[in-house]
Amino acid sequence: MAIKVLHHGLATTVQDLGRPGYFHLGIPVGGAMDRFAMRAANLLVGNDEGAAGLEAVFIGPKLEFTEDALVAVTGADMPAKVDSVVQPGWTAFKVKAGQTLTFDFLKSGARILIAVSGGIDVPEALGSRSTYPIGALGGYKGRPLAAGDELPVGKASLSSEGRTVPEALRRTPGLPAALRVVPGLYWHRLTEASQENFFADEWKVANEADRMGYRFKGGRKLDFVARDQPFGAGSDPSNIVDSCYPYGSIQVPGGTEPIILHRDAVSGGGYFMVGTVISADMDLIGQLQPHTPTRFVKVTMEEALAARKARQASLAQLREALA
Amino acid sequence: MSIRYTFGGDEHLFVECSEEMSLEAFFKSLSMAKGVRESGIRGVTEICPANASFQVKFDPDLIHPDDILREVKAIEGAAEKAEPVLKTRIVEIPVFYNDPWTHETLMRFRERHQDPSGTDLDYAARINGYGSVEDFVAAHSGSPWFVSMVGFVAGLPFMYQMVERKRQIQVPKYLRPRTDTPRLTVGHGGCFGCIYSVRGAGGYQMFGITPMPIFDPAQTTSYLRDFMVFFRPGDIVKFKPIDRDAYDQAVEDVDRGRFAPPIREVRFDLRDFQKDIDGTNAKLEGMLHGH
Repeated sequence: MAIKVLHHGLATTVQDLGRPGYFHLGIPVGGAMDRFAMRAANLLVGNDEGAAGLEAVFIGPKLEFTEDALVAVTGADMPAKVDSVVQPGWTAFKVKAGQTLTFDFLKSGARILIAVSGGIDVPEALGSRSTYPIGALGGYKGRPLAAGDELPVGKASLSSEGRTVPEALRRTPGLPAALRVVPGLYWHRLTEASQENFFADEWKVANEADRMGYRFKGGRKLDFVARDQPFGAGSDPSNIVDSCYPYGSIQVPGGTEPIILHRDAVSGGGYFMVGTVISADMDLIGQLQPHTPTRFVKVTMEEALAARKARQASLAQLREALA
Repeated sequence: MSIRYTFGGDEHLFVECSEEMSLEAFFKSLSMAKGVRESGIRGVTEICPANASFQVKFDPDLIHPDDILREVKAIEGAAEKAEPVLKTRIVEIPVFYNDPWTHETLMRFRERHQDPSGTDLDYAARINGYGSVEDFVAAHSGSPWFVSMVGFVAGLPFMYQMVERKRQIQVPKYLRPRTDTPRLTVGHGGCFGCIYSVRGAGGYQMFGITPMPIFDPAQTTSYLRDFMVFFRPGDIVKFKPIDRDAYDQAVEDVDRGRFAPPIREVRFDLRDFQKDIDGTNAKLEGMLHGH
């Protein structure tokens, strides 16, 4: 069983739930930007939640199947078509040998997750099939897909078409998108006025938004508490002695445009950070298109933990619905 | 040196040992990070040492953030009492300074540089008070460096030279980052040296290139078969200037699987170092060459 890539879309990569454990060597966790959608797609086609699928951003790929398979597409609203027949999202459907899977234009969200019964069976690298293109590691030959590639598919378990994820469990970012943030790290470097402005202003997703990080524009420039820069930090007030960067941390080089680091984050660097997006909201970022109005919402650690519990409850409901 | 604790969301504890860079701060953060690893705190999933800070990733389903904060703080006291001794390794890295590949690249991006009239080496030598590029290279390769952090991208070492502050090389980053840097470029930004593990964007000044791969996802390089990343935080690096012939020979040796970087196990005592920097460095170099 294989899938032939007839067209790669814009940037389509093999992803699973990532390779934790190597960030201290600069290798990020990677994996699907929208993990809930990845898990859902896999469960729909009878795979383990951590099986490898495809993540496509903004434009879907064109894929030809050499054998029958069960497929599910979750995440963004980008209708899938099998030989021109539209298929429902968040629902398992059949693709027969010789048929071609294509996609309509993106209606909302940013990234689709495509699961195939049996999973994409590329070799594991450091315990994961996720693609880390900068390091030419994992995925299909360490890079995004290209026309002509043939993706191996694993052995499928028995599962049936037509199963679907209940509407209530399909989470999408609101408008404006709201991303909850625990202030911290180098938050104290900002003046009180800038601390307020950061949360009061409406930001917009910039064009520079990818798996490594999402940039935002449009809020007021942040001002810094005056200080003599520490030795080794660099001369700009937004510079620090190079440190680790948490996943979801928000750095603001020069105080102008916040950047949220995501699954393919650089592991460290010399820019101060104002806080970190909570784990419960990381999936949402992967579904933001450029120009989406976005608010950062200040929360406490206890609120972050409660939100995390709520996400786990949704995941439990998903598993129950698809059991 | 008072330690600052802060959370990175609900999954990271960030521990800043010092706002400013120093060998003492690096040593403290490395020994505390080691202490956290050895203590086996439940729920800790990853420990990332940095230059003067470190980060602990944890699973808040297994341990409440308040509890991990308390447990890591408890290690602070023990780390302070611990002997400032590090068992590590010293490795010699050959560097072809002023090589044609970084030279071509720095000329291509000259308009992004502070001083478009010369090279990165000319600029760095001048602003650090060296009379010539040769004197600057002698300082760069004359004293060893600590790998104070591995990261940014896969396997890239940040390095801090083992000399007193007044002898530290300092240079600004490019005015605007380059979109290209040759793989294995030896660079410098702020007070940190680095080796670019992969080709790509970069803002550090470029001084030379090493023939020695330090990241190999295919793991075909002879000394990277066990693991694809060469460096670990705490490694000690000594640069050895080489010429074009030696560079070409080393590249061929790497390709044929017979390049073996000189590596020796060493014991580093920060107290000895602080008493006699050049003497300690000379001893380290002596061990590298088998004395």
